[in-house]
Amino acid sequence: MTASVQAPELAEGPVKSPKTRQGSGLGRYILVRFLLIIPTVWILTTLVFFLMRITGDPITAALGGRLTQAQLAERVAAAGYDRPLIVQYFEYMGGLLRGDFGTTLSDNRPVTEVLLTYGAATLELVFFALIVAFLVGVPLGMVAAKFRDRWPDAVLRVLAILGYATPVFFAGLLLKLVFGVMWPVLPVAGRATGNTELLMSGVVGPTGLYLLDALRIGDMDAAGDVLRHAVLPAVALGLLTGGTFLRLVRTNLIGTLGNQYIESGRSRGVSEFRLVTKHAYRPALIPIITVMGMQIALMLAGAVLTETTFEWKGLGFQLAQYLAARDFVAVQGIVVLLAVLVALTNFVVDIIAALIDPRVRY
Amino acid sequence: MSTETTPTPGAPGAPAPEASATPGAPSSSRSRWSRLPVVSHLRQSVGLQRGMLISGLVICALVLIAAIFAPLIAPYDYAQLRTPEGAFGAQQPPSAAHIWGTTVGGFDVFSRVIWGARTAVFVIIVAVVMSLFIGVALGLISGYIGGWLDRILVVVADAIYAFPSLLLAIVMTIVISGGQSNVVGGVLAAAISITVVFVPQYFRVVRAETVRLKAEPFVESAQVIGESKFRIITRHIYRNATRNIPLIFTLNSSEAILTLAALGFLGFGIEPTSAAEWGYDLNKALSDVTSGIWWTSVFPGLAIVLTVLGITLVGESMNDLNDPRLRVRRRARGRRRAGAGAGARAKGAAGSSATAPGAAGTSATGSSAATTTKGDLR
Repeated sequence: MTASVQAPELAEGPVKSPKTRQGSGLGRYILVRFLLIIPTVWILTTLVFFLMRITGDPITAALGGRLTQAQLAERVAAAGYDRPLIVQYFEYMGGLLRGDFGTTLSDNRPVTEVLLTYGAATLELVFFALIVAFLVGVPLGMVAAKFRDRWPDAVLRVLAILGYATPVFFAGLLLKLVFGVMWPVLPVAGRATGNTELLMSGVVGPTGLYLLDALRIGDMDAAGDVLRHAVLPAVALGLLTGGTFLRLVRTNLIGTLGNQYIESGRSRGVSEFRLVTKHAYRPALIPIITVMGMQIALMLAGAVLTETTFEWKGLGFQLAQYLAARDFVAVQGIVVLLAVLVALTNFVVDIIAALIDPRVRY
Repeated sequence: MSTETTPTPGAPGAPAPEASATPGAPSSSRSRWSRLPVVSHLRQSVGLQRGMLISGLVICALVLIAAIFAPLIAPYDYAQLRTPEGAFGAQQPPSAAHIWGTTVGGFDVFSRVIWGARTAVFVIIVAVVMSLFIGVALGLISGYIGGWLDRILVVVADAIYAFPSLLLAIVMTIVISGGQSNVVGGVLAAAISITVVFVPQYFRVVRAETVRLKAEPFVESAQVIGESKFRIITRHIYRNATRNIPLIFTLNSSEAILTLAALGFLGFGIEPTSAAEWGYDLNKALSDVTSGIWWTSVFPGLAIVLTVLGITLVGESMNDLNDPRLRVRRRARGRRRAGAGAGARAKGAAGSSATAPGAAGTSATGSSAATTTKGDLR
């Protein structure tokens, strides 16, 4: 029986084998990578949950000292924080699966609502910053690699290290000082002026991404206003990542520029510009893309600081507010969401890397 | 910062060891000396790289001097608000009495910047040393013994590693100090929080190396003659598995400062009365900036930049000197010495394009490359 079932497969095997094997390889890889998100997210949420609860319940943390012992106990019991930790854990995880992150203590809003409202602002900032990072990092990295060990390289490398050594909030403060006070040309706080904010809150079915919303309703003034407000935060956050991109592009380009096919291209009269930007750059891109996921993860963390500096009302700004208010339910929700976002980003980046470079799948 | 206060003792401080070691020392001690991480790199380097390395070392020395001699350099205490003649006053512009002005809280900016070096150095040392010990020990055990313990540790380490380190540090500060900073706990809490972030990095690198070394003939022969697991791990594997550590060490030190400053900036960490902390001062200076008061933010910020810059310059140069693809080849001697490790490293570097997506950290260089890039941002 089994033999007769297997036979046709074997017969058509040689014909289709290269294609099917490759296809199923990629499919399996994607599946495995996707399934790996689950334990990662689970461990992270579990870790965060237990870490945050070791020290006590959120209500005592937020209100301790302001209420009497009896009032505190009553509030704790009402919220169910006096039950065994393990029961609370399963309840919390159950809630997460249903998309329920709990309710904030300080302003009594569902955490999910907070995440949806402010998440878009953070994504918008990260998006703008990524553009800045690419515009700065990639061309300059090419220049540094081309002029390796000569003065442009030296200058750029020092600048890249300086970019890394400058905390994003200090860069932000300097930008505010220069472009907000000494030479006031750009707005230094918020996502838009009051009028535009008002306009945005009136948009039907808002995406929360101001630029997109402004373009959708065709209000160019509002779009310009949003962009002007985005310049300084995006530059502060983007320069940081741009420095990293510069170094990555430089290192990897130096690796690929030493290859023989570059030499053969040069001997065929391909221009130096084209050699760097096309021939050597493409293969150098792969290692850059693989670390992109981590860069985006770190950008999300950097966004926390940038938003605080520029009063950009996103997740990071809220996180700092809730931290100050000692509202740990909200903090937990935001941290968990960011962790999930990071895991998803890493997944997407791994898939892109696998599509570009077959050697990644193993 | 400290550049202006003590340029003379710092400048010759860094190159001096090399000069004294090269000429007269007996050959055995000289070779041991020249095999030390930073010294060997200094000897190998030429041109621009050497310049970067030396300036990095000089900056590090300056920060160390500021940290050690803070009570002598700083005119006031970090929490001092008044002299017998009267209070400093808030937001005073730079003057003869306060060369960098005073903060919104009425502290002397210069004194707090100098004292801040002490906090930074303390946190670096505690955080990096603790994560080094824990990470290396766990990595050795996990890699050598394997089995379910290994699997669990790897999954947990990967999960922590994938987490934005600042967020993890925030969670840890909440755990350790309940989000509040008291006099003793503030600095230590920050250090421990940073430790937790770093442990997985050491763990991954050491574990990957240990797994590779386990199959080497010299380990097998040790097993054959019946040496205990403890002895094999501590004698035979430990030395070989920890070769990349100095590099991660420098990268982590700079990340530790940035994380500490970020925690301070978000309002965690350390109250002004318990220690001086640059990030906290920057947070307090946030509102000053819009009214044109620049001295409260620029100086502490520059202190952070300079410190991170110094450490990064050292780390970066060491990284380049370790990577044969990036080394400037002008000296035959340096080239020959690097020859042994070059093949293996180059292979690892090529493989690092796939930064071990599935089984994370199977190639040592791959994971250290990942660490490098992680270190690039906080």
